[in-house]
Amino acid sequence: MMIPACRLADLPRGEAIRLDVEPPVSVFHTDDGEVFAIDDTCTHQDASLADGWLEGCEVECPLHASKFDLRTGAVDAPPAKLPVRTHEVVVEDGMIYVKVSTEAPNLPPCVSARLAGGPA
Amino acid sequence: MRTVAVVGASLAGLSAARSLRKQGYDGRLVVIGDEPHRPYDRPPLSKEFLAGEVGEADLVLETDGEDLRAEWLLGTRATGLDARERAVRLADGREIRADGFVIATGAAARRLPGSDGLAGVHVLRTLDDALALRDELARGGRLVVIGGGFIGAEVASTAYALGLDVTVIEAAPTPLAGPLGADMGTIVSGLHTDHGVRLLCGVGVKGLSGESRVDAVLLEDGRTIPADIVVVGVGARPCVEWLEGSGVTLDNGVKCGADGRSSLAGVVAVGDCANWYDPRAGAHRRVEHWTGALERPAVAVATLLAGGAVESGVPRPPYFWSDQYGVKIQFAGHSVGADSVTIEEGAADDRNVLAVYRRAGEPVAVLGMNQPRLFTRWRKQLAAATS
Ligand SMILES: Cc1cc2nc3c(=O)[nH]c(=O)nc-3n(C[C@H](O)[C@H](O)[C@H](O)COP(=O)(O)OP(=O)(O)OC[C@H]3O[C@@H](n4cnc5c(N)ncnc54)[C@H](O)[C@@H]3O)c2cc1C
Ligand code: FES
Repeated sequence: MMIPACRLADLPRGEAIRLDVEPPVSVFHTDDGEVFAIDDTCTHQDASLADGWLEGCEVECPLHASKFDLRTGAVDAPPAKLPVRTHEVVVEDGMIYVKVSTEAPNLPPCVSARLAGGPA
Repeated sequence: MRTVAVVGASLAGLSAARSLRKQGYDGRLVVIGDEPHRPYDRPPLSKEFLAGEVGEADLVLETDGEDLRAEWLLGTRATGLDARERAVRLADGREIRADGFVIATGAAARRLPGSDGLAGVHVLRTLDDALALRDELARGGRLVVIGGGFIGAEVASTAYALGLDVTVIEAAPTPLAGPLGADMGTIVSGLHTDHGVRLLCGVGVKGLSGESRVDAVLLEDGRTIPADIVVVGVGARPCVEWLEGSGVTLDNGVKCGADGRSSLAGVVAVGDCANWYDPRAGAHRRVEHWTGALERPAVAVATLLAGGAVESGVPRPPYFWSDQYGVKIQFAGHSVGADSVTIEEGAADDRNVLAVYRRAGEPVAVLGMNQPRLFTRWRKQLAAATS
């Protein structure tokens, strides 16, 4: 699935936007001008990585400081232990598109339970 | 350097061991810890673990397949550091000789004098504390929490969600006034009363009553608060008494430079037991927060490996979070010395707040309640503003 995110010109460097797909995906524009897309939800608990601290190619979760590599999705240290999915990004005619991965997402237990219709 | 001994096998100790390997240290690495457990995460002990939502396996701090090529001496306490022999003495009589030492012995919960041996009275610092408290909470009843700080508040919140009848007693007129200041302390601790948890402030505890098991908390104003379970949450003290006489300067923990070095060559300290010089604050600060225990060891280990002072850079402002009654509380910076606090977003009554602390107009700290996005922005600004 290829989804349009926003115009590259509308996403300043150092910023991120969250796309309301299920599960949400966030798109980051790094200070170096690269664009990456990863799952927005931290694999530890329900936090939005688009709200996190972006530095270089890493985003630090806004709650408990696990850092995810935007290129690989890998996490550096607990409390999060699982990587996030990465998604392919295409910029065409000034527009950012995200090709959502078909792998299974690593959602935190509280979020998977909610999606499954269980208790939040 | 051929041998490094890390004393304390929790977050800061593990993080130091990781930093050593990451920074290319290839020698012998010995990690000494007095608890029998592999390093585990403490924040969930007052939250999800106490609530029974996550189990012991979820607390493990090491990742699958992680191998630091370390010798783990667990369940054994360090009793002394011999600077001349360059050795750590252990309670079981062993001695570990090393060239470099990382002190990561953390802090221990303060207890109430005279409460030892009285059933139903708990502190919360270790996994074993949490297991014991979790079992008691499962039986329900009236819980009295002594101390309205973060740990006390989290326990109250978790117990409230489990259906217990909860009272929180705070000696100061306002809970959390130390870390947050009086105004914001009032707003955050308002979470208790929002949920029908009783909050008694400005009154000290005289003692506990009960024969073999606690049955009430006695207040200094003469009141008696019946209790089936009591949690004492009156802070923690750094575990450094084992270093007395070693030559390591102690002052509210191990006194350290901005790079983590202690007064003894080849000895650095990290985490809750360490009183680092903070160039931002222009003073030594002992910070008892998770993120510092995770991040600071990289600097201290660089100092150790370099054999002296290194250019440590200005650290990020201290940061912590707390979860109470479903509200995410985040704080960064130092509130002491702030001359104003303004709510920049949200409303105190909704417990949805982004507040900025300033000194002479410059932001020095920021508090968020359910405001992670704005909080991160302000936290960054704070780091930039005072670096
Ligand atoms: C219940 C609870 C909830 C918390 N929640 C939060 C939170 O929400 N947010 C946040 O930012 N922070 C929180 N914290 C604080 C955070 O957990 C600590 O800052 C962190 O654990 C500090 O790590 P440390 O390794 O320095 O010390 P510790 O975790 O205290 O570890 C020190 C270790 O050294 C061992 N030790 C002590 N003396 C000796 C000795 N002589 N020989 C050998 N070993 C010894 C101890 O037994 C312990 O295992 C919480 C803490 C607790 C207890
Ligand atoms: S929610 Fe991301 S590290 Fe905890």
